[in-house]
Amino acid sequence: MENRVITKDENPTLTSRRNFLKISGLTLAGTGLLLAGCNNDDDNSGGSSNQLPGIRNGVFDLGGGDFGVLTYAYALEQLEADFYTKVVNDAAFSSFSEQAKDILSDLQKHEVIHREFFKAALTDALPNPTTQLLPALAFTYPGVNFSSQSSVIDTAIALEDTGVSAYNGAGKLITNPDYLVIAGQIVSVEARHASAVRDLRNPGSTDFANTADANGLDPAKKPSEIAPVAQQFITTQFTATYLP
Amino acid sequence: MNLIKFLESFTDDKLYATGTSRRNSFSQFGNLGKGLALASLPFGLSALSNKAFAADITPTPATAAGALQLALTLEYLESAFYATAVDSAGLIPAEDQAAITLIRDHEADHVSFLTTAMEANGIAIPAMPTFDFSGGIGLDPFNNYDQFLAVAQAFEDTGVRAYKGQAGYLMGSDFLTAALQIHSVEARHASQIRRMRGQKGWITLNNSGGLPPQVQVVYDGEESTALGAGQFDAAAQSEAYDETISTQTAVNIANLFIV
Repeated sequence: MENRVITKDENPTLTSRRNFLKISGLTLAGTGLLLAGCNNDDDNSGGSSNQLPGIRNGVFDLGGGDFGVLTYAYALEQLEADFYTKVVNDAAFSSFSEQAKDILSDLQKHEVIHREFFKAALTDALPNPTTQLLPALAFTYPGVNFSSQSSVIDTAIALEDTGVSAYNGAGKLITNPDYLVIAGQIVSVEARHASAVRDLRNPGSTDFANTADANGLDPAKKPSEIAPVAQQFITTQFTATYLP
Repeated sequence: MNLIKFLESFTDDKLYATGTSRRNSFSQFGNLGKGLALASLPFGLSALSNKAFAADITPTPATAAGALQLALTLEYLESAFYATAVDSAGLIPAEDQAAITLIRDHEADHVSFLTTAMEANGIAIPAMPTFDFSGGIGLDPFNNYDQFLAVAQAFEDTGVRAYKGQAGYLMGSDFLTAALQIHSVEARHASQIRRMRGQKGWITLNNSGGLPPQVQVVYDGEESTALGAGQFDAAAQSEAYDETISTQTAVNIANLFIV
């Protein structure tokens, strides 16, 4: 099955639309995210695991195998870190509840740490990070009111739950046990975050963990299932051709 | 022999900050002084304690089957703990009932899920141990809500670390994803219980949040900043990652509550 790229219609209100991403001398228009994986029947295709991240057909592809998974995680951590950095630096942040400020400030630090860890680790591990390291992505937050605590918390819940299900689904794609442990070290903190922001929205409820199914299992999602959520926020064009 | 069981009883924990709860907690010994005296007995006199050690669990093999066996034993522990708590009249305040009941249900779900999966794959099901939620140190979690939350926190944070520690044994197994899906639910529980105790949902350095020193082992190593990428400070770097524990450490912690 051919890999197909899904594009998203340009949001005319978006100034970052006009931003351009320079990678290895190429200048790419950011025309909307395309985190488009192979179709499901490509899950077991043997040849994808050694595909390194980098430009293909003028667009950055996350690659396959362990580097692909780590680059995918790096993209998600960039998103979370960018969001919370905007939150804590917004003029309205000081008007949030003390509890919300405490939690969101911690989340901002944790996500920046995750992002910078992946950047450093990938830079170390990739054969040619100059062309293979995912560049800094650009983001937009349509519908998010950064002046509104409830709007920010709702978005935080979406991002944290997405992170949990993304890492849960990516674990089986990892072949290096050290990377698997690191993913595990991060996903449980994302789940702690998700629990806290969910309870913040609805204290005393079962929201903190009512994501689990009848077996008591949290969701696990493939990269291609995470795409629609991430698509709301990431404006830089890239592909995930070699991830399921 | 599990030396951790012989560690001296804690004396300055905030759980015992009030005279009433301190005294209540040692009521089985008749009075506080007697409790402390017992706790300070040398190892050779340990037979005087009410704990029997013969039934301690032992480390599971470093295999996928072993990982599931350890996981099931830890889920037995949590499931029995929360089931007893929910059935203890007057223990759980009304505002916490929904949350604790959900956690109870999840732990029962995990026992059921793991048992079914293991049976379907011919993996031996470990017997359910006999639990002593006093921890051998006079805890009374079904009459003292602060102590209940403290033990719950220790169990949840242990579960998070233990599943992570077993993940490598599950690589290539059909159970890896399911184990990760349980792992993140345990982390959600841990965050909630911690916040009910007035703690952050995440672990700062190796701070146990005032738990007895006997369970400090749950937090040892959490202070790691190895993946901190030089950002912010050590506290934030340690919070940003949960750490693993070995099979042996998980077994040692469980054995504190097994007779």
